[in-house]
Amino acid sequence: MLCDNCKEREAIINLTQVEHDSKVTLHLCEQCAQQKGVETGVAIMKSPLGNFLGALGKGAALVPAGAEGMRCPACGSSLRDFRDTGRLGCDQCYVAFDAHLRDLLRRLHGSSQHVGERYDAPGESGTEPDPRSHLLELRAQLRRAVEGENFELAAELRDRIRVLE
Amino acid sequence: MDLSLLPDGGMRWLDASGAKSTIVLSTRIRLARNVRGIPFSQRAKDSDRTAVLERVSEAAASTEKLGSAVAFHLDQMDRPERQVLHERHLVSKELAGLERDSRPRAGAALLVQDQVGVMVNEEDHLRLHGMWSGFDLEDAYAAVESVDAELGRLVPFAFHPEFGYLTSCPTNAGTGLRASVLIHLPGLVLTKEINKVLQGLSQVGLTFRGLYGEGSEVVGNFFQLSNQTTLGKTEDELIDHLGKIVRQVVEYEEQARDVLLKTAPEEVEDKTWRAYGLLKHARRLSFEETMNLLSGVRLGVGLNLLPGPGVYTLNKLLIYTQPAHLAAMDGRSTGDRELPTVRAAFVRRLLEAEPS
Repeated sequence: MLCDNCKEREAIINLTQVEHDSKVTLHLCEQCAQQKGVETGVAIMKSPLGNFLGALGKGAALVPAGAEGMRCPACGSSLRDFRDTGRLGCDQCYVAFDAHLRDLLRRLHGSSQHVGERYDAPGESGTEPDPRSHLLELRAQLRRAVEGENFELAAELRDRIRVLE
Repeated sequence: MDLSLLPDGGMRWLDASGAKSTIVLSTRIRLARNVRGIPFSQRAKDSDRTAVLERVSEAAASTEKLGSAVAFHLDQMDRPERQVLHERHLVSKELAGLERDSRPRAGAALLVQDQVGVMVNEEDHLRLHGMWSGFDLEDAYAAVESVDAELGRLVPFAFHPEFGYLTSCPTNAGTGLRASVLIHLPGLVLTKEINKVLQGLSQVGLTFRGLYGEGSEVVGNFFQLSNQTTLGKTEDELIDHLGKIVRQVVEYEEQARDVLLKTAPEEVEDKTWRAYGLLKHARRLSFEETMNLLSGVRLGVGLNLLPGPGVYTLNKLLIYTQPAHLAAMDGRSTGDRELPTVRAAFVRRLLEAEPS
């Protein structure tokens, strides 16, 4: 769909304005949306990240030039993938790209330090793990062993699961 | 799909029993969590997603809060059925694979019990959620938090000492908490104060969306207000802050309604009676028109200008007049040209059953 305003570029943003008791939706390209955004201040952008980047007025700030090719050793996704999709590949990306993400998190949230509820995974930091979590872990390992046709390990895991059950 | 397995169709939040229920329709809490060591949903292989689902289902089965949950496997359901779940606000568009040219991912599922549930293999592996009637952030959060605590003891979640709970999109990292309130603001819209209020929200770290959350449009003067940031504040701080602002917005809305009654009492009365009359007698109704008329009637009921119908009936109409619900009820497809006729007949039937 073409932009309702310039009728030249592809529309990527729906701008909804409420007037009286009805609403008007404009389909706008990025440039026109930014202009409108300044005039009206009320724009529903596509995603919270898009909203943030729009507010910054420069999407390039997300990932510094030169670092785009950096890859997460665990899942293989790069900072470029992140820039393109707005999604990280796995939990290890937060470690692999931590300097960039710390900076981004500060700009998104005003802080990068979590102060909410602390979390210890089952069996961590001296807590007695719930016996059920151990069983669930073993079952997950068993499924992986069977899928990987590692039958020796699977048999061993099956025995350990039987004992626990 | 058998929604009758859910005692109230998963929609107890419609019953209008909560605080401020003529203005605040519902309160929703969600927590984003991921299983440690498995790629996030978008990057995951089908076998990863199946593993996540098996792990979460097994764990949920041994918890109190989700021990007898009903499971919906979105990847094995027809589109109209998935759309019904979406219209009930039980699953996101993404999980239901309702975005253009998309299908549900392998392993996409919803587990739901009473008022809490978990979406599995959404943008994050787990999206725990709870919906409460009216304005009730505390109860909704307490319930979802206890599901989180139970599951977190059985499934290792991805957590980082500095960044908190790790999520696919950094906008959710930290607490992973999104608290939102679905609020009806016709008074502010009619008095043209709404833009000021909405602009004010962004300055206090809140955001607004339409009826169906992210990316959806505002219909029927319903706005979803929620926290924008998730990191650097505690869960309680985020919830208290949202609660404080919502109370203020409710107050503004009440003031706007007072102004309307003082400055244009006849016009307001006329508007709500007209909306009621159209709903009671129209022979064809589009969804959008229905939503707007319901907004007018809801305003009239809130101001005691109309003797009925009850808020519960109005809430039910919001849900059941949506395309997939009507189509399913009447054995039609969602694109059926007769749907507006079916809708008008359904609205008349529900309103006639009400004292007026």
